[in-house]
Amino acid sequence: MENLAHIADVQAMTAIAVGIILGLGALGTALGFGLLGGKFLEGAARQPEMVPMLQVRMFIVAGLLDAVAMIGVGMALFFSFANPFLAPLMGE
Amino acid sequence: MIVRAESPTEYILHHMTHLKVGDGFWALHLDSLFFSWLTGLTFLLLFKYVAERATSGVPGTLQNLVEMVVEFVDRQVQDSFHGRDPMIAPLALTIFCWVFLMNLMDLVPVDLLPFIATLEGIPYLRVVVSADLNGTFGLSIPVFFLIFFYAIRYKGFWGFLRDLLTHPFGPWFIPFNLLLRIVEELARPVSLALRLFGNLYAGELIFILIALLPFWGQFFLGLPWAVFHILVITLQAFIFMVLTIVYLSLASATEEH
Repeated sequence: MENLAHIADVQAMTAIAVGIILGLGALGTALGFGLLGGKFLEGAARQPEMVPMLQVRMFIVAGLLDAVAMIGVGMALFFSFANPFLAPLMGE
Repeated sequence: MIVRAESPTEYILHHMTHLKVGDGFWALHLDSLFFSWLTGLTFLLLFKYVAERATSGVPGTLQNLVEMVVEFVDRQVQDSFHGRDPMIAPLALTIFCWVFLMNLMDLVPVDLLPFIATLEGIPYLRVVVSADLNGTFGLSIPVFFLIFFYAIRYKGFWGFLRDLLTHPFGPWFIPFNLLLRIVEELARPVSLALRLFGNLYAGELIFILIALLPFWGQFFLGLPWAVFHILVITLQAFIFMVLTIVYLSLASATEEH
């Protein structure tokens, strides 16, 4: 099994990559949501009668903020459990 | 209580495997196909049933619920679609309700339906269609084609080409404009599909991980996650619908700036 060292290499790199993807995605999303929520609260304090409309817009923007982070989460978890880099080494 | 003879990784992989027929590009995920049909037919038959028995007197609970959903979607379409088209609101309603029902399957306990399937001799069952790339792309690729057809219908073929080649920078930058516009147009269905997929795949995976914890984990972790997930499934269905309406509105915008 001279492949073992290579398999271990690929798995280690994949684990680090998954961590980076999840971590950076979480960082970006957290900052984005913080700014979004802050602006929403400011707007709500200035014009309370606009709150329902602003709330809907806030959820829409929240969905867009979430998007790339979630794509990253999906891809990272996919790599955790069905690593395509590992398949050639496993002889499939 | 079911005593598992498999390791945690095997448990996770078992729950992440589709009921597949064929392989490679031509693989059919029978479980996704079945549950997408099931949820779609549920939506259609339920709304048809309520519509046929709709009364203008005091409505029953079911008619109330359906009216709430229809009015909600109608208001969203009025807010976001600047034009007149009879197909947008039914399309938005279908997308919202169907995606919501498909996402709702994620709240069914992780082992329940696969266990019942095992009694019938079915080895793998993944019930959340929107956690399958085929499911989400199956929704977003038709939306992509609809955007294309709406643009041609509202702007004419030459209007569409002019729009493609001369926005956002003037007619002297045609290759650059073309590249940017192609990327922008392709990014829409891809982001629609992957956003929904990422959210639901992660949600399903966390439910599976929580299922591996001892019994106390189910209440202290499973319950908050399930409650949060109720928000996520509704929000993702709403986002998909709103973005579809907005993209179609942009595609059929005929006024010049």
